[in-house]
Amino acid sequence: MKKSYKIEVDCANCAQKMEDAAKKTEGVKDAVVNFMALKMTVEFEEGAAVKETMERVLKNCRKVESDCEIEF
Amino acid sequence: MNKKQKKMLWRILAAAALVLVLLFLPLDGWLRFALFMAPYLIVGYDILIKAFKGIRNGQPFDENFLMAIATVGAIALGEYTEGVAVMLFYQIGELFQSYAVGKSRRSISALMDIRPDSANLLGEDGEISEVNPDEVPVGSLIIVRPGEKIPIDGVIVKGETSLDTAALTGESIPREAKEGSEVISGCINLSGVVQIRTTKEFGESTVSRILDLVENATSRKSRSENFISKFARIYTPVVCIGALALALVPPLVGALIGHPTPFTTWLYRALTFLVISCPCALVISIPLSFFAGIGGASAQGILIKGSNYLETLSEVRTVVMDKTGTLTKGSFEVSGVHHSPLAESELIEYAAHAEAYSTHPISRSLVAAYGKEPDTERISDVREISGKGVIARVDGKEIAVGNDKLMRDVGCDAVECRSVGTIVHVAIDGAYAGHILICDVVKDGAKEAIDAMRAAGVKKTVMLTGDIRAVGEDVAKRLGLDEVKSELLPGDKVSALETLLAQNATGEKLAFVGDGINDAPVLSRADIGIAMGALGSDAAIEAADVVLMDDDPGKIAKAIRISRKCLRIVKENIWFAIGVKIVCLALGALGLAGMWAAIFADVGVMVLAVLNAVRALNVKSL
Repeated sequence: MKKSYKIEVDCANCAQKMEDAAKKTEGVKDAVVNFMALKMTVEFEEGAAVKETMERVLKNCRKVESDCEIEF
Repeated sequence: MNKKQKKMLWRILAAAALVLVLLFLPLDGWLRFALFMAPYLIVGYDILIKAFKGIRNGQPFDENFLMAIATVGAIALGEYTEGVAVMLFYQIGELFQSYAVGKSRRSISALMDIRPDSANLLGEDGEISEVNPDEVPVGSLIIVRPGEKIPIDGVIVKGETSLDTAALTGESIPREAKEGSEVISGCINLSGVVQIRTTKEFGESTVSRILDLVENATSRKSRSENFISKFARIYTPVVCIGALALALVPPLVGALIGHPTPFTTWLYRALTFLVISCPCALVISIPLSFFAGIGGASAQGILIKGSNYLETLSEVRTVVMDKTGTLTKGSFEVSGVHHSPLAESELIEYAAHAEAYSTHPISRSLVAAYGKEPDTERISDVREISGKGVIARVDGKEIAVGNDKLMRDVGCDAVECRSVGTIVHVAIDGAYAGHILICDVVKDGAKEAIDAMRAAGVKKTVMLTGDIRAVGEDVAKRLGLDEVKSELLPGDKVSALETLLAQNATGEKLAFVGDGINDAPVLSRADIGIAMGALGSDAAIEAADVVLMDDDPGKIAKAIRISRKCLRIVKENIWFAIGVKIVCLALGALGLAGMWAAIFADVGVMVLAVLNAVRALNVKSL
């Protein structure tokens, strides 16, 4: 399952860091951050709870980019 | 400016004011250090924290780390003013970047502001409720009032109106729609209230698909972008190693050969290196240029599905086009009546009546030329003769309409026609009564479109057609095409294209333009496939790399011009940014440029590159 979320981040490099962090999150199969569109597309692993996974994604992203935001 | 940017602005202003005051105070020693630390920390505390986090997360070589090292180093050397100034200017650059990118993103979104906010759902009880378009199931009835956007694709079941499709196609003439017309989301309803039965979900509707396509286009990276990310990956470490070498090698060599130089001089030059080591100008401005180019094009009804396609489009030297539907209207029209003893209109009237029941495009064109509905009272005994034509009784006379074989059957000689097109012979009561010439009509503006392509740098224009040689060559001559390949079966088109591909020099690309309906294999085989008249056709949007929303062939040249402009900006930015950095590195190594010059070069180049990138958005007058 794929879902896309609005994100807030300031620089292209930070967006790249968020992408890497999101990819490594448990329950996430793949993640792509589009800096220009300020969108993060997350592909979930089968059976993963969307809300809990996204909370983990946000937590991991905050670790590398403390002032980022994901709307979910 | 958002909240975060405003806060940053205040931090910058406060730090700048503090530095100015401190510059005029006679300070010394520890007090001077302590006081200068105040503006430094005000403007740069987050950079220091991020640098520390970067190291902890095992990603040390980012710009935060480099800035932290450079400024801490400068302060350690006693260059307080420069340490603070570098941090200050770096933050000004970051603020500008975030502001400029946000602003251009908003202006691109505004160009593409076709997403409807709500739909008026008509309930079974006749109540109208305003709902989120996402929640409307397929087959629902929705109401669209004048001035509103059509939220979801569907068919009009009640009412008639005219639709403004400009947001989708760039075409300003409104389109008429009445009961039974298919309508697509994103159009603006201009005149009447209509009831629409939806045929798709919102997510599958034209407007959602287009927005998705444009927003995701920048995730397909062009070669220029890949070059930049590779360059950035190498550039930063190389400059860092250069900085290290600059700090250590000259003092060591100097000491060995007996000319000791002060260690601090070289350390200062090394720190200057670190300030220039950030490839920000490139990393931000190149994707921004592509995003702006794609956004600007989409506002003109040209959808480019990726930065890579935009890049390929700019290198197109050969354009191969399908005939029917691309260069010609694909509809047949009567263009002449020859060798007839009767008046033109009289012959067409007889032919139209004889063909009244047929649905063949040729028959339809005869009826269209007649201009009225045939009067069925006058027709009797209609016989269709497969592969030959029709014989029918009209006003008591036996009318035979068809090819020369049919003429032989009814016992008369057909007169050959010297013109190119489909010939329909007519015989009345067994006597030859002349023939009607029917042609596929060349689109208005097709000739101008070909000329515009040449002006845009296309070297060769080729037309492929399944039509007979005479028709193909006639159209090619009228349009001034370089080459034509006719009598091609659908499978032959791919091999014809492959021959043309093989003839192309390296670096010169070939584009194929078709209507996307039955030429998907050709579209995908070409370097770049352009589908035209794709409004509402999912298959075409799927198969092509570039989609022209309406069927104006003039858009081909326009798309090429947009891509050229965008790539020119990209190249300007690459050369400009790399050039200035290399000059600054050289001057810094020789001690001719200090940290001030370095930070000006870094931030200044980025500001100019971003401003240049935004120019790619402006394509309306191209």
